[in-house]
Amino acid sequence: MEKIDMNRVILIKYGELTTKKDNRKVFINALYNNISNKLKGLDYHIEKDLSRMYIEFNEKDLEKILDKINHVFGIHAYTVAYKVNSDIKDIEELILDVLPKIEIETFKVETKRSDKLFPIESTEFSKRIGSLILKNKHNIKVDVHHPKTVFHIEIRKDYTYIYFEEYMGIGGYPVGTQGKGLLMLSGGIDSPVAGYLSMKRGINIDCVYFEAIPHTSIEARNKVIELAKKLLTYGNNINLYVVPFTEIQEAIYKNCDKEYVITIMRRMMYRIMEKLVHKYNAHVIINGESIGQVASQTLTSMEVINSVTNLPVIRPVACLDKLEIISIAEKIDTYNISILPYEDCCTVFVPRHPVINPKLDKCIIEEEKFDYNMMIDNIINNIMTIKILDKQDDYDGLL
Amino acid sequence: MVYLDYSATTPVDRRVLESFDRTALEYIGNPNSLHLEGVKSKKLMDAATHQVAELLHVKDNEVIFTSGASESNNLAIKGVINKYLNRGKTIITTKLEHASILEPLNYLKEKGYTIKYIKIDKDGLVDIDELKKMLDDDTILVSIGEVNSEIGIVQNVGEIGLLLKEYPRIIFHVDGTQAVGKKSINLENIDLYTFSGHKIYGLKGIGCLIKKEHVTLEPLIHGGKSQSIFRAGTPALPLIVSFAKALKLIINDLEFNYRYVSGLNDRLIKGLKNIDGVIVNSNEKCLPHIVNISITGIKPETMLHALEEDEIYVSTKTACSSDDDLSIGVYELTNDEERARSSIRISISHLTRSNEIDFFLEKLKLNVEKLQSIGS
Repeated sequence: MEKIDMNRVILIKYGELTTKKDNRKVFINALYNNISNKLKGLDYHIEKDLSRMYIEFNEKDLEKILDKINHVFGIHAYTVAYKVNSDIKDIEELILDVLPKIEIETFKVETKRSDKLFPIESTEFSKRIGSLILKNKHNIKVDVHHPKTVFHIEIRKDYTYIYFEEYMGIGGYPVGTQGKGLLMLSGGIDSPVAGYLSMKRGINIDCVYFEAIPHTSIEARNKVIELAKKLLTYGNNINLYVVPFTEIQEAIYKNCDKEYVITIMRRMMYRIMEKLVHKYNAHVIINGESIGQVASQTLTSMEVINSVTNLPVIRPVACLDKLEIISIAEKIDTYNISILPYEDCCTVFVPRHPVINPKLDKCIIEEEKFDYNMMIDNIINNIMTIKILDKQDDYDGLL
Repeated sequence: MVYLDYSATTPVDRRVLESFDRTALEYIGNPNSLHLEGVKSKKLMDAATHQVAELLHVKDNEVIFTSGASESNNLAIKGVINKYLNRGKTIITTKLEHASILEPLNYLKEKGYTIKYIKIDKDGLVDIDELKKMLDDDTILVSIGEVNSEIGIVQNVGEIGLLLKEYPRIIFHVDGTQAVGKKSINLENIDLYTFSGHKIYGLKGIGCLIKKEHVTLEPLIHGGKSQSIFRAGTPALPLIVSFAKALKLIINDLEFNYRYVSGLNDRLIKGLKNIDGVIVNSNEKCLPHIVNISITGIKPETMLHALEEDEIYVSTKTACSSDDDLSIGVYELTNDEERARSSIRISISHLTRSNEIDFFLEKLKLNVEKLQSIGS
């Protein structure tokens, strides 16, 4: 008897992107590239067609590959399947080979036959395999409504895939399919979550960090770099733009009504963001503002602050409760970094009573007290770029 | 606690200590052993050596690990004069050097060597024309520190190196202990370069001497095979690995830290100038990390202990200098004995916070007023 090929493969299902008819190919290619990019350095081979991706792998790398796949947006579900030739005898032999290795109480067989040339029709084939299983394993029952084990058999043109469990991917659109957005990344809890959620919708993000040396320390910057690294596990590459904000921040503090310093600081940040969006060919500003959370995030504050730009400002966590944001932050592993106690430039100069309902006229009067345009131009010319890399050295951080 | 003595020594970075711990626990083999555990350790040691070399833009075989800057300086000086016995007997240096340069040179003076000290200008810089005039056929070694530890004077070692390139028989050694990790460095025209782990948030007990390929040395410590043929002894692998880590971390953040510390320095200098009786000895050309001051009429040790009451830690002269209470560096720079006898060094870091500077200034002012009124 010829030995059955026991090759296993990871089967990837696209989910939401199947609804995008015209862009389907673009989306599949982006997903293909994103997965390939993530699996660099591992032992695997990937192929794609219009409905699935198939990853052959070296068993020793399976766990690592699955971990990476759990960080790629655009994957609806995946499974680890046995792969055989689409030949009745081969399929039956594989079932017999697998049976001793699994525990079954109740089961059913579900066949999908996309290869209509396969000689037996789906329901018929399910019955045939079902009776084969019953004959070869004792004390088991068929249960078509609530089976504990499902034998999924997908018969395709050349190969048939057999699997038992399907896992949910993280969904969303492949990163990059929606163009670029600039994320205002502070050291807090909200902005990394905002970054994650916007990446989930396919946005390629770069991050912007406002830095006020010497009021903010290197730890604060390193914390932001660590956060960006966590976001990078969901994306391809991320630039972190460091904005030297000290001069403007000190000028605001020196010249403006103390109640308004935060409002005006945020307006300045938005002005800088707008220039950076143009400079780096992005389309939108993304940030972690959550309605009502602090004085600068009331609706009236948002209105006054947002009025300095016509760009769309995406606020993915605007309507989430703090606890909801925290639970996402925990899931994406940023929470423990975010709660490290380093000052960022938003916490350095906080007045005792920041204005909750700022007036636009008043902002304009306060802003006329110093020449911020020149400072902003100067800032734009002195942006520092840090390329975020997820490369670990060969000695796992020892060196 | 307000620690303002980072030029004496720095606290170890947690990540560096982790490297040390993990290496000590996970790499038990002697890198010189031939078995698998030995080979594993050797590979890690080579990778650490390579990392240090890469960060300093030198070759792997130009890195020699030592027990610290004092050993590196001794190895550089004695190693050269013992190797090139017939080249000459004159060594040129400055009076701004650390004891681990000046003392070996005093020792050599007793052995019959001539030690010449280059004059410094009003800013504390080596007069290059003066140096050029001093060079002769008997000169074997020039040793100049890149950053003076007491005042923070930064010598233009690049320019000096360029001059000395025209004298291929003269070896140029630079003590970079106070420079590495604080400012960008360039070893292009330098033959030997010293620095240390505990000044860059690494551990005490490890240092390094960079020795360019074209120079050779007589070892101080003879023995079996080691990380370098110029220094015997079982390689201290956990120290070496943690040292490579410390260097990487500090160089990664160098540009940020420099700007950050410059900001703190501005704040500090402004505050000091507002205190009557305080004279700032460091000038604008000095490294922002080191600020030397003199307080007329108050003994530095008295002030040190007064500040200690508020858990503020500064330093009188350098931690390594001898017990004579005159600061030679300050005297060289100012020609003022009174200032040289009343100098205090404040050394700051990226770990210093602006409120610590403010607290220090407040307490310094109070103590100056108090101690001066007692004095008068």
